[in-house]
Amino acid sequence: MKALLIITSFLLATTSYAGEGYKVGDKAADFKLKNTDGKMISLSDLSDAKGFVVVFTCNHCPYAKAYQDRLIEIDKHYKKKGYPVIAVNPNDPEVEPGDSFEAMVTRAREKGYTFPYLFDEKQEVNKHYGATKTPHVFVLQKNNNGELIVKYIGAIDDNYQDASAVKTPYLKNALESLLNGKDPDPALTKAIGCSVKVKPAQT
Amino acid sequence: MLYLLPIRSCMIRLFIIPVLFLLTVFLPIQAQENIPVWRFDTLEKYLNRQTDTVYVINFWATWCGPCREELPDFEKIHQAYSSQEVKVLLVSLDFPNQLEKSLLTFIRTNRISAPVVLLNEPDASRWIDKVDPAWTGSLPATLFYRENNRHFFEKKMTYVDINQVIIKLLTD
Repeated sequence: MKALLIITSFLLATTSYAGEGYKVGDKAADFKLKNTDGKMISLSDLSDAKGFVVVFTCNHCPYAKAYQDRLIEIDKHYKKKGYPVIAVNPNDPEVEPGDSFEAMVTRAREKGYTFPYLFDEKQEVNKHYGATKTPHVFVLQKNNNGELIVKYIGAIDDNYQDASAVKTPYLKNALESLLNGKDPDPALTKAIGCSVKVKPAQT
Repeated sequence: MLYLLPIRSCMIRLFIIPVLFLLTVFLPIQAQENIPVWRFDTLEKYLNRQTDTVYVINFWATWCGPCREELPDFEKIHQAYSSQEVKVLLVSLDFPNQLEKSLLTFIRTNRISAPVVLLNEPDASRWIDKVDPAWTGSLPATLFYRENNRHFFEKKMTYVDINQVIIKLLTD
């Protein structure tokens, strides 16, 4: 019975976090997280960038996996134009063992990630941003004061099943708008994803 | 011969109990043989029925851990309310090419008798808000409604949680 209670309270604590998070137009905070190469990375380290494509993603989720190759392609294309991809794994490995730091290192190497793949070990960054699922994209643009403004939130494109069947590449369209000095339209899209796996509450 | 009777009835009893047990374990629940594949326009009609029924629509996938954990409770609710105006629909967001391998296997193994459909509508941005504007897109998620009275939850639910919402809708 005691074991059952422990299991039940553990399961209750692993439900998805649905915080408020950022809205389009909000100022985003920088962060400092460990990359798969062991180095700590902040957005401010990349001073040449015009902005960032911050993607909350992970190893285990089939929807996240479906976008691995597409993220590499987007990073290769838009890093040159000033918008590099910064991938962040928000999941607690105790809840989802497939998303451990070691597994991230292996995935980054196997897939040949061209972008940083950071571990949000304290699960603070995803709460600040309001990332509820993987994948979940936040496009940030630096303003004249060097502040990071949220310009787009949501989906990568309109077809997780088949990259060749995509009709509306939401993220690319948003980046093209920003490169052309316009605000993305739509600035907010939605996609199905795996809930962020939150650390069980301390008792 | 008479002296044998008590012994025989005792043996019969000993025999009957395990047989009854086996019957209750293996016979009653029939999992679905085919999974209908729906586009959103079909689901949308289901989300807006003006009848006296309480509809419980759970969005899930076999690859989603918390979904797999809560699914048995939706099945129990389906069985508990089978004689009342309460309908459970399990809307799977599994990849359509995994229908046989993942989805059918899962519902057979777990003996899910509640109706299951697979929603094949990749551009979620066009339909998520029509389920509920508050839904950010993570799984599991559940919509409960009775006519225009609606409740939406983007989290894993327990039997008690689900039952409370149903009772609220039945009594409101």
